[in-house]
Amino acid sequence: MRLEPRTVTSGAATILWPAGAILATIVFSSVLVMIAGASPLTVFWLVVKGAAGSQFAALETLTRATPLIFTGLAVAVAFRARLWNIGAEAQLYLGAVMTVVLGTGAVTLPSAGLIPLIMIAAMLTGALTLLGPAILKTRFGVDEVVTTLLLNFIVLLFVSMLLEGPLKDPMGLGWPQSKRVIADAQLPRLIQGKRLHFGFVLAVVSAIVVWVIMKKTVLGYEMRAVGHNAEAARFAGIPVNRVIVKTALLSGGLAALAGFSEVAGLKGNLTLDLSPGYGYTGIVVAMLAMLNPLGVIAAAIFVAGIFVGADAMSRSANVPSYIAEVMVATSLLTMVAAIMLMRYRVRWR
Amino acid sequence: MDHAEGPEAEIVLRLAGMTKRFGPLVANDAISLSLARGEVVALLGENGAGKTTLMNILFGHYTADEGQIEAFGKALPPGDPNAALAAGIGMVHQHFTLADQMTVLENIVLGTRPLWSFNLGKAEARRRIRELATGYGLDVDPDRMITELSVGERQRVEILKALYREARILILDEPTAVLTPMETDALFATLKKLVAAGLSVIFISHKLGEVQSVSDRVVVLRGGKLAGERVTSDATRRELAELMVGGQLPVNEIGPPTPGATLFELRGVATRTMGGAALKQVSMQLRGGEITGLAGISGNGQAALAALIAGTLEASEGNIIVHGETARHWSPRTALDKGLGRIPEDRHATGMIGDMSVAENVISEAYRSPRFSRFGFLDWTAAASFAGDIIKAYDVKCPSPEARVRLLSGGNMQKLILGRALDGNPDIILASQPTRGLDVGAVAYVHARLIEARDRGAAVLLISEDLDEIQTLSDRILVIHRGHLSKPSLRGELSVMELGELMAGHGVAEGAEHAA
Repeated sequence: MRLEPRTVTSGAATILWPAGAILATIVFSSVLVMIAGASPLTVFWLVVKGAAGSQFAALETLTRATPLIFTGLAVAVAFRARLWNIGAEAQLYLGAVMTVVLGTGAVTLPSAGLIPLIMIAAMLTGALTLLGPAILKTRFGVDEVVTTLLLNFIVLLFVSMLLEGPLKDPMGLGWPQSKRVIADAQLPRLIQGKRLHFGFVLAVVSAIVVWVIMKKTVLGYEMRAVGHNAEAARFAGIPVNRVIVKTALLSGGLAALAGFSEVAGLKGNLTLDLSPGYGYTGIVVAMLAMLNPLGVIAAAIFVAGIFVGADAMSRSANVPSYIAEVMVATSLLTMVAAIMLMRYRVRWR
Repeated sequence: MDHAEGPEAEIVLRLAGMTKRFGPLVANDAISLSLARGEVVALLGENGAGKTTLMNILFGHYTADEGQIEAFGKALPPGDPNAALAAGIGMVHQHFTLADQMTVLENIVLGTRPLWSFNLGKAEARRRIRELATGYGLDVDPDRMITELSVGERQRVEILKALYREARILILDEPTAVLTPMETDALFATLKKLVAAGLSVIFISHKLGEVQSVSDRVVVLRGGKLAGERVTSDATRRELAELMVGGQLPVNEIGPPTPGATLFELRGVATRTMGGAALKQVSMQLRGGEITGLAGISGNGQAALAALIAGTLEASEGNIIVHGETARHWSPRTALDKGLGRIPEDRHATGMIGDMSVAENVISEAYRSPRFSRFGFLDWTAAASFAGDIIKAYDVKCPSPEARVRLLSGGNMQKLILGRALDGNPDIILASQPTRGLDVGAVAYVHARLIEARDRGAAVLLISEDLDEIQTLSDRILVIHRGHLSKPSLRGELSVMELGELMAGHGVAEGAEHAA
């Protein structure tokens, strides 16, 4: 079996292969659903209904999609420049730490000043988190997959330490959680009495900004050039290492916004279960979007829908909600295969 | 080499109607070929003409869609790499397939006998190798390690390997590409001895001169089809060239140079290695209105020199002097700012970004200039119109400025690189292997543009492993050997043999003894 690069990828193929990937995911998950003793049709209907069948369900899906848009963007930006940032989780948590450091009363400003201040500070924190691995990569050739991945564990332990120490809420009945952010630091809810918050708008705006950066600006051009062929970029005089560092700052900042928006928009305080792996799921989101910033919005809503829908489904059908994890993971694998098949043709002998 | 080509000659190999398709591409279209005992057939054709595909089918690496192969009167089963070897067909690849950390003897014997009897046959094997080596002029010591051998010697080992396995048909794929002119002569002498002993040879090449001096018959391929077949002695060089190209051969006129001031200079420069030799104390001057040719066998430091001038490799010692000023810092950016036009050796890896569009590629050296960007935003209209200009001025065949560069042919890619490098009329031009892998038409085009640049006063450095190209274009010739440069010689001052001596690292004075 050999792979030959395709000279042209037709417009239909760019839709059909990803569609095929999703279909393959559904077929594979159906097998597991049947093993669990339920009817796949019922289960998938319940998932769809749970994700979008009511106003509550749809809003819940969008709420869940918000951090995924941020982490998806962070990964898409980094991967575009071939900077393998696996550490969005760490950047998310440190963004959240900065949010509670500034937002729990240490700074008092009107909301119009406080929120942007916290947001920028959180982004800087996330950017600095990825700066270390980026410098190690450009200076010493240290593999950023290893450094960013391991940083996730270091940061999580660090956050745990903070929540048992300096950031621990004295009124928290001993739980490892921070104080709640003050009212002026909270992001407004989009609809009174519902969980969907202003963070979602911020996420969508971020996606559009990132799209403009990638398409229209010098920096985006440099990032794509470095990602597609670093050697040719260097030959042409593009400062490859500086581009990688800038990419890292942007990517880390975006991931930190996920932490900021979860704390300031939804949870109100920092706990160790702030993120059920949004940083890692961001990789799936970015891949499903084929690294397109606007596609990230759709991919994040799709993935969030599966999680939210599966939760609802598991309550009524007797299938564990872990099926969501399987579906998301399978969709990543089939999508990667579909992307490859869009670029290459398989030849048998 | 006047072996009778008549009906009575015994045909040892026959390919009949070979067709091989790769998707929409027909790599071989009903090609038939026969080889007689004691005959040298040259397979002539440009890159992409289908020579390599045909040989890969013969060796079972590909299965033909149509056609039969017959060796010594027996049909060869398709798709079986061992069948060709068993039938007595040996191949010497362009890139050798030797184990570096083993001796010549071990390499030759490897795979011919079961491992447990390896040592038993050593004395006998050594005797046979010596016998073959002296008989055919393939002088090489069986007990030396491959790493110690020169490229020419390694090629001899490859030929010995085939002969040791009793090959009766020998296929040589571009065997002279890595050889000095003297080594080439020695190889041809060996081939004459082989055919005198009744072997048959297929000699794959795109160099007309060699084909004429070594072959009995020439089979010309063009675009996957058989373009013609000639008895070598009856065919003129021009006729063969036109068969190969499929039309009139473009000719470039080059007038006498009008040398100007020294525009670029290296003084005592040393570098680390770049795959191949590192530069050691290299000094050179490039003058305006001149093409300076750098000849040398592959891997002698050309890559390092090209990377150094292009700005991608740092000098560990010495100075770069541009327009009389010593450059304090040297990078691709400074090279461009100082007005260098650079054509890199590897179009795909270094020259272009295959997954980006034509427009995105042509602005890659100038995207920061006000012409293409303002306040950090790129002006894609300006980029597309610039790409359109280059497409028109350089006759690039591509659907639009938005087309992926990956889809272009090598020649068209090279034209884009030329367009990008020569835009703004740089007065110092680095052209590293600018015609490697191009068809004759594209080669002529590249040459014409380099001559044009020289005639308007630019200093051109042409780095090439093709001595013909160096000799045709260069006003002055430098030879590089293991990271050292020879003294410059003027056009026509040294013969091919004398240049060959320099390429092999000998002084010019000792030339005569090896020439035979």
